[in-house]
Amino acid sequence: MTLIVRGTVGRGGFRRDIDFTVEAGHVLGLVGPNGAGKSTVLHTVAGIERMVSGSIVIDGETLDDSTTFVAPADRRAVVVFQDIRLFPHMNVLANVAYGPRSHGAPAAEAAERARAALDSVGMGACADRTPGSLSGGERQRVALARAFVTNPRILLLDEPFAAVDAESRPGLRDVLKALLAGSTAHTLVVSHDQADIEDLCGAVVRLGGPREFTD
Amino acid sequence: MTPEQRELITKFPPVDKVFRGVMSAGALFSLVVLALIAAFLLYRGFEIFSDFGFSFITGEVWNIGDPMDESTAQLGIGAMLVGSVITAVIAIVIAVPLAIATALFIQYYAPRALRTVLTSLLDLVAAIPSVIFGIWGYAVLLPLIEDWSVPLERWLDFIPLFSVPSGIFGRSPFLAGVLLALMITPIVTSVAREVYGQAPRDLIDASYALGGTRWGAIRNVVLPFGRSGLVGGAMLGLGRALGETVAVYLTLNLVFDINFRILGSAGGNVASLIATKFGEATPYELKGLMAAGLVLFLVTLLVNFVATIIVNKSRKIA
Repeated sequence: MTLIVRGTVGRGGFRRDIDFTVEAGHVLGLVGPNGAGKSTVLHTVAGIERMVSGSIVIDGETLDDSTTFVAPADRRAVVVFQDIRLFPHMNVLANVAYGPRSHGAPAAEAAERARAALDSVGMGACADRTPGSLSGGERQRVALARAFVTNPRILLLDEPFAAVDAESRPGLRDVLKALLAGSTAHTLVVSHDQADIEDLCGAVVRLGGPREFTD
Repeated sequence: MTPEQRELITKFPPVDKVFRGVMSAGALFSLVVLALIAAFLLYRGFEIFSDFGFSFITGEVWNIGDPMDESTAQLGIGAMLVGSVITAVIAIVIAVPLAIATALFIQYYAPRALRTVLTSLLDLVAAIPSVIFGIWGYAVLLPLIEDWSVPLERWLDFIPLFSVPSGIFGRSPFLAGVLLALMITPIVTSVAREVYGQAPRDLIDASYALGGTRWGAIRNVVLPFGRSGLVGGAMLGLGRALGETVAVYLTLNLVFDINFRILGSAGGNVASLIATKFGEATPYELKGLMAAGLVLFLVTLLVNFVATIIVNKSRKIA
């Protein structure tokens, strides 16, 4: 039950060689300076970007190599973005139900799972509100509920607390830790905050060195 | 201590002032031309509005009576107005779904090379003169539409819209509407492609990142964000369909009756009325045509005005 990412990722002319593995239920931290390619790694594992070369393999199934590309919808991978990205034209419940609906759950079942997920992050009372009416911390809780509700195989957290103030972080970190404790996902966390990495991750990969570009 | 407020004064360099002046004059000039056209039509057609009042808009009869006696004339464009609306609505009903599908295909499904070819092709179709469309419609589309109309009437004649008591098909509002649909599809597609292209990329990625398919991203992000922009594009197409003259003139049999039967060889269109009557009009009838032109001008202006507001609103949301 291992996620193996080995090869080169990139976007535009940017390239970065990577090589790491993550076991199911484990959390790997990705750290490094701005521009080191941390977000590109997450997007590539999610299938939003393609590997330049090399492969992504999970539990023996190839997701991406020179001949195979599994579409994002079929990877059971979920990203929590640093800018949160809730759908502004949907209410909180519809945002959280979006994932289950995308995976074919009937509307009633998706709504039921979404309500349970919102309860698990303490946002059950906000189901009918719109994202625009929520605080940064509340939006982040909804984003976590939206990620965990699909019971993902791969969970990718890109600076999960970048959009919240310093006082809200410890509380949110506790919420995330509790969610991770009950998850069997292969989890990657990108963060500039040392406390996030120390608190959440069992291992760390440092992406460093100058940015590499091809012509 | 509160700092003292400063007054900020913006000083433009001379070259900016000149540029600003030229641009403002250009923008103002088009407004002036528009106002002059409206004033000219109103001036030339005013007598008609004072003679017939509102019945000029609602009347079905267009009869100049005794050319030497203006009091015997009966002028009303009701049938033509209704005909214009019917053909334009048929065009919109056909063109909008076609344009949505085409725009989504070009923007989100077509390979890059095909996208460039299709975009150029659409621009090319948009530039085809309407008289060419009209001739093609008469020579190629007319027999086809006649062939389709017969079974349509047979299956759906319990709906008054599709019944043809006269049994004469051919140059019908349906033919004119289909032709107009083909004419306005490029402009509606172009606007739809633009608004769909403005759908927020980060939310599309978010949709993928939650396990959504491409169609899921389109349905949940692209279509809701592009909705009002698409309505604006459709209304731009509607404006063109309402004002189209030559293509409709060649493919529609003008009959001065308010007629809601779209398959029969009888219909109306204000622009075609003007084109048909203009050459041999008496001075008084000419005033009537000017008044008809003013009504069409105002309707088209209103449609375009609403479309612009909706498109701008869509840009702000996006």
